[in-house]
Amino acid sequence: MKKSLLILAAALMAAGVAQADTLKKIKETGKVVMGVRESSQPLSYTLGSGKYVGYHVEICERVLADIRKQLGLSQLTVEYVPVTSQNRIPLVQNGTVDIECGSTTNNQARQQQVAFALTTYVTEVRMAVNAKSGITSINQLNGKTVVTTTGTTSVQHLRKHERAGGIDFKEIYGKDHADSFLILESGRADAFVMDDNLLAGLIATSKSPSDFKIVGEVLSVEPIAIMMRKDDPAFKKAVDDSIRNMMKSGEINKLYDKWFMQPIPPKNVSVSLPMGGTLKAAIANPNDNPMEAYAKK
Amino acid sequence: MAYQWDWQVFLQDTGAGETYLDWMMSAWGWTLAVAGSGWVIALVAGALIGTLRTVPSKALQAFATAWVELFRNIPLLVQIFMWYHVLPAIFTPLRSLSPFVLVVFALGFFTSSRVAEQVRAGIQSLPRGQMMAGSALGLTLPQTYRHVILPMAFRIIVPPLTSEAMNIIKNSSVAFAVSIAELTLYAMQVQEETSRGIEVYLAVTSLYIVSAFVVNRVMAFIEARVRVPGYVGGGK
Repeated sequence: MKKSLLILAAALMAAGVAQADTLKKIKETGKVVMGVRESSQPLSYTLGSGKYVGYHVEICERVLADIRKQLGLSQLTVEYVPVTSQNRIPLVQNGTVDIECGSTTNNQARQQQVAFALTTYVTEVRMAVNAKSGITSINQLNGKTVVTTTGTTSVQHLRKHERAGGIDFKEIYGKDHADSFLILESGRADAFVMDDNLLAGLIATSKSPSDFKIVGEVLSVEPIAIMMRKDDPAFKKAVDDSIRNMMKSGEINKLYDKWFMQPIPPKNVSVSLPMGGTLKAAIANPNDNPMEAYAKK
Repeated sequence: MAYQWDWQVFLQDTGAGETYLDWMMSAWGWTLAVAGSGWVIALVAGALIGTLRTVPSKALQAFATAWVELFRNIPLLVQIFMWYHVLPAIFTPLRSLSPFVLVVFALGFFTSSRVAEQVRAGIQSLPRGQMMAGSALGLTLPQTYRHVILPMAFRIIVPPLTSEAMNIIKNSSVAFAVSIAELTLYAMQVQEETSRGIEVYLAVTSLYIVSAFVVNRVMAFIEARVRVPGYVGGGK
């Protein structure tokens, strides 16, 4: 009992003092804390009873396996901690979570507070509409109602677009993605603006997938990456190296195919979202550029 | 790594030609509008239902009891969803109502069940003799309530009503779930847009504190003004 308390105290001190040395912390405690999301299909989501899966979760698990080998540990305990849009950055900063494998956009504002690994997914913000509505472009949204999910950046892009294009629409917010989709489904909104992978997933699992389609211009291109503490170059290098190897070996394409093109649990429905050109370029030429670098093109 | 504060985040443009500070003031307005309108409904319905729980008619008592048990035993968030998603699907005229009206009714009726219990407790705390005295003077039952019972009961329950009025400000935060752009929705949305969650939540927290505290002071003023001398601390 006393011994375990001592170990706990040591671990806490290590967490406090050696915050910027995650590799050392992992080696000393034999444990790593992975931040995951409850419902960011297919990147990171739960199957219930504490089980987390997804494209980014699987990438992270492989990264951590590489780190275990690199550190010469015989075993490494991975603790999964669900995080939300609200708390993920503070939890990474204060050392509760060592590596966040969710659906976090890499942008300049966040780079001041945390570090991002190489871009492993690129999402395009577009809109889902009722197939019968006849809406095919943002310019047709004048006088319409647009729904998005509280705590996402999608509508911010639309707002900028709105001012530039001289159109006027009403924005409403769903509590979560499922809620936003319900608002579109029940006709309270004419369009749902969100990351294309999330829209595709929601449509695929809806009651009648053929009633909805993803249309319109790409409002923003957002690199999604695994997030870590800032000022820990050794840990970032270890993570990046592992990802770079997966990109070189083509492993990452297999993972993409598994999570985006094949049927996935829990409903065994496929998201059916082929890899876009931007992500192909990011895999051919691995980088950790923030969102702002994509907009300049 | 120490947190780097950046309070200038509130001066940034939201993308729609206004600053995040403008937006926050508008969000504060929505919070106060939802809470204020909800409170009016809660007081009117609560006073009525609370009174009905004490009248001799068994049918009216049963109705009032059912009202209280229904609205008090369902979580507020569930009630909000019922008003927003379920009721309009069943009663189509409700679809033309704005989410604001629906959420005000949800919050007002939820709070009315709590106000009703306080009104009932206030009435029942009075000596039975007061009711009899009213009858002895030749007042009808409604007259006795209007001129004798309710004026006393309401003065007694000002302190719990104060708590309830402060609660409705805090409970108005659930309105975010049905897309009312009030303070909680503002906080969730803006911390994501600016990546400055701690500043945003601190600012929003302060506004909630200020709002609830002002309600507290106003109710304390009312409490002091309507106090019955020699009754429930009125002798001070």
